[in-house]
Amino acid sequence: MKLEQPIVLPIKKIVNEVSKIKTFIFDHKLDSKPGQFINLWIPGFDEKPFSISYQDDKRFAVTVACIGPFTDKICGLKEGDLVGIRGPYGNPFNLKGKNIVLVGGGCGCGPLAFLADEALKNKINVNFVIGARTKDALLFLERMKKSNIKTFVTTDDGSFGVKGFATDLLKDFLEKNHIAAVYSCGPEKMMKKVAEMCKDKKIYCELSLERYMKCGFGICGQCCMDDSGFRVCTDGPIIKGEEALNMKEFGNYRRDASGKKVKL
Amino acid sequence: MLTTKLCGIRLENPAILASGILGVTASSLINAANNGAGAVTTKSISLEERKGHNNPVIVTFEAGMINAVGLSSPGIENGIEEVKEFKRRSKTPIIASIFASKTLDFGEAAKRISESKPDLIEVNISCPNVEAEFGKPFAADAKVAASVAEIVKNNTKTPVFVKLSPNVSNIKEIAKAVEEAGADGITAVNTAGPGMVIDIKAAKPILHNKMGGVSGNALRPIAVRCVYDIYETVKIPIIGTGGIMNGRDAIEMLMAGATAVGMGSAVYYRGIDVFKKVCSEIEEFMKENGYSNLKEITGRAHK
Ligand SMILES: Cc1cc2nc3c(=O)[nH]c(=O)nc-3n(C[C@H](O)[C@H](O)[C@H](O)COP(=O)(O)OP(=O)(O)OC[C@H]3O[C@@H](n4cnc5c(N)ncnc54)[C@H](O)[C@@H]3O)c2cc1C
Ligand SMILES: Cc1cc2nc3c(=O)[nH]c(=O)nc-3n(C[C@H](O)[C@H](O)[C@H](O)COP(=O)(O)O)c2cc1C
Ligand code: FES
Repeated sequence: MKLEQPIVLPIKKIVNEVSKIKTFIFDHKLDSKPGQFINLWIPGFDEKPFSISYQDDKRFAVTVACIGPFTDKICGLKEGDLVGIRGPYGNPFNLKGKNIVLVGGGCGCGPLAFLADEALKNKINVNFVIGARTKDALLFLERMKKSNIKTFVTTDDGSFGVKGFATDLLKDFLEKNHIAAVYSCGPEKMMKKVAEMCKDKKIYCELSLERYMKCGFGICGQCCMDDSGFRVCTDGPIIKGEEALNMKEFGNYRRDASGKKVKL
Repeated sequence: MLTTKLCGIRLENPAILASGILGVTASSLINAANNGAGAVTTKSISLEERKGHNNPVIVTFEAGMINAVGLSSPGIENGIEEVKEFKRRSKTPIIASIFASKTLDFGEAAKRISESKPDLIEVNISCPNVEAEFGKPFAADAKVAASVAEIVKNNTKTPVFVKLSPNVSNIKEIAKAVEEAGADGITAVNTAGPGMVIDIKAAKPILHNKMGGVSGNALRPIAVRCVYDIYETVKIPIIGTGGIMNGRDAIEMLMAGATAVGMGSAVYYRGIDVFKKVCSEIEEFMKENGYSNLKEITGRAHK
């Protein structure tokens, strides 16, 4: 029987990644696939969606950027504190081909890092392009180095790696290498550019969408995209680039908790 | 075989998307219509914008679900835009659901939403999980319910359905009062309760609002009885809502006296194409049992 009730777990370990981004590790076999998310519940406070950023047979993790009331509350939690999880929810990424590029911006690198691990297991060559505003916001450099994933960095201010946007580097990849597929998670404007570039070059592309969620399992209607009514929580969050480009909402606006449109 | 009529509005089939499920946007409502809904209902819209309660707002249990979304609403202007957008893109009938915290505001909301030309207006006077803000639901008292029906009727030419609560000792009395006040139909029922689910490890109620309205299987026998009672009391059509999961459940509700059925929780249990599934199940039953139209089924359990 389907049952959407939380499983309450203690936080096993907290890793400070970079300023204002922390990874929370749980001793729990989750059985999720890269791209899926959980709803994280702080009892008596609130519950919100977070992508799975790491998983093995015994553990899983989510990586949280502290940007508002709920995420600040999470980042204030200590090892041993209890939180609830519901899920895994949503559809995962689909790996295609033997040479792929991942394009991550900010904490969008979470689900992509999990995808990179999965790709390596399947002997797929992974090129990970990470974009950040500055050096201090760069996520998972060490983790990628340890697992021998080729990582390329851009910063808006040039404080590390190449100065510019992640999409500038992607351009080189799409022109010079034989890329079978591109996967992206990060700011929507960035993903839109990624999707357009891939469409031009006829390269398979998948993105991870982010919309305001209430239920997370396809019934409240809060996360639906115009024009198709695509439910980001159950039909997504992973979507083919071309399909996203066909949505008039993509890259333009989203809806807030009341259901009102807000410009991106 | 499955067509039906509500106040002169023709529905291809009797399976209606209930209010509050996938009803935030026009696109999402069209998605439900494309998956076979005979009509769709918007999430209840209020004059002012509301965020609703914090998450979690929905939790399931072994026999259904409880929810306390807390009547989030984009406000009437945005609501009007979504209904208009739906009308531009779909021919399926749309029911605009409205709610308010004061009797006068129900009139204003009805007047404003009529600008968008919905096929029907449904007046939600029965939400059980915002009591702290709105006091006891308007549906709890026959006089109050009638005064809301009356003011809404005075402010629109669109046919008006009033949505009743199962949490009352005498639903016949309320149905009668609403009919006498001019309502063109009744939707029965909204969620029951409120109920509560506690996580025993966190030692806390799961819903942020602590309690919420019970829907799904647990609600069905109560909803069927309410519709049965109302059918004995009024002449206006009833949209029977509560725990309908399959064709069998829909037929049961029709036999209790409903002209059409609302479905909400079933979208979770059987997917968004539940409308198509239920319709083919109803049709199968009708063929096997020699029914040729829904009129022969509505109210059959009373004969
Ligand atoms: C599928 C999915 C996966 C996500 N994965 C991650 C992740 O791995 N790491 C991470 O740090 N963040 C992730 N997020 C975003 C995270 O859920 C929001 O940042 C968080 O809810 C912000 O809450 P807040 O109270 O701290 O900030 P607020 O100030 O309330 O909001 C900041 C931003 O987050 C959005 N947001 C707020 N509440 C929600 C909600 N209930 N659902 C969706 N968006 C919301 C707001 O629209 C706003 O743009 C994910 C979101 C989605 C939809
Ligand atoms: C998540 C959720 C949100 C709801 N929101 C509304 C609402 O905004 N207005 C309303 O009149 N009823 C609302 N309802 C009640 C449903 O329309 C319906 O009356 C009830 O769920 C019983 O039907 P069901 O068992 O088929 O779900 C909501 C129900 C659920 C489950
Ligand atoms: S969050 Fe409720 S339908 Fe997607």
